[in-house]
Amino acid sequence: MSTLPPFHSLIDEHRGTVFGFLRGMVGPDDAEDCLQETFLAALRAYPDAEPGNLRGWLFTIARNKAIDHHRSRRGAPAPAGASDELDGIAPEAAPSWLGGPVDAGMNERDGQVWMAVGELPTGQRAAVLLRFAVDLRYGEIGTALGCSEDAARRRVHDGLRTLRDTAGPGLQEVA
Amino acid sequence: MTRAIDEKELRRVLSQTVAVPSEGGFETRLAERAMSEGVLDVVYTTFDSPLGTGVVAATPSGIVRVGLPNEAPEIVVEELAHTLSPRILEAPSRLDRERRELDEYFAGRRREFDLPIDWTLARSGFYRKVLDQLREIPYGQLATYGEVAARAGSARAHRAAGSACGSNPVPIVVPCHRVVRSGGNVGNYGGGPEMKRFLLRHEGAI
Repeated sequence: MSTLPPFHSLIDEHRGTVFGFLRGMVGPDDAEDCLQETFLAALRAYPDAEPGNLRGWLFTIARNKAIDHHRSRRGAPAPAGASDELDGIAPEAAPSWLGGPVDAGMNERDGQVWMAVGELPTGQRAAVLLRFAVDLRYGEIGTALGCSEDAARRRVHDGLRTLRDTAGPGLQEVA
Repeated sequence: MTRAIDEKELRRVLSQTVAVPSEGGFETRLAERAMSEGVLDVVYTTFDSPLGTGVVAATPSGIVRVGLPNEAPEIVVEELAHTLSPRILEAPSRLDRERRELDEYFAGRRREFDLPIDWTLARSGFYRKVLDQLREIPYGQLATYGEVAARAGSARAHRAAGSACGSNPVPIVVPCHRVVRSGGNVGNYGGGPEMKRFLLRHEGAI
């Protein structure tokens, strides 16, 4: 007997938010592939999942798939000594959509916000996305990023500060 | 002038629902890959019948459960997740044959099902012997609970034979609806007596 919900319902419930997270992590072109990889890996590991924190568990896998994606692009492992694997992702591995419009039809300001988020250091970007795109609690963000709840909170705040401090050209507005 | 991004704006912009491009095919594609890797334990799909929508589920060994229209498909799926495995996905393309045979049956073009059965959800022993006997009752014919009990090796166990019919995990495919009370009353049915009468009339048995 299992207390886990049918995997089907996990897809129904979380596919949209996992996609939103991955879109911010790897860009719209590769997000769909990463989404497949995430749910396939989740299905493999599902019998051992923790029923009490499925969302955090699922986003841990999504985060790992985003890391895999960046690594396979760069063809090298993360440099030793990086405090977080995400921070080890070099800026040149940033999503390809950073230079262009995020989505045809998206209003200009929203596009600018997405681009500013896309320019965040990868660890901060992951935390900001999990907090504001997915609406995870700090504890769940900690689970997903492999750090403590406090560290997750700090990372979100760091991301917010970066967004405030470095208003790039994309955020310049003519008054 | 620069307008800073605040938390409120971030939440508004980032939480806008983004449609997954291949929404419809996502689960099917996942199911195909998972099946070929052997990490998917149960697949299911819905089927139409004259009395409403049912659900049919299979494992790699065969058809494991038929949910009749009086059962909510999501409850059947939940139950399968608990009793068999939570690794369950909706995958219509994996159940083409099962669906086709059910469609043909309801269209009056099929009298027997030619599908491998996974008996995991059936009880063993006498119950299982009864279920095996049910498959011997031809289309359009009736048998009484007593007769089925006798064929299963215990003539006096007609009540147990009734329970065994009621526990049939794959109704229609294994025709428990062809077993009736000796008095002529159609008796109970998991899908409801109305459905039982419909099936027997459909087969021309009553």
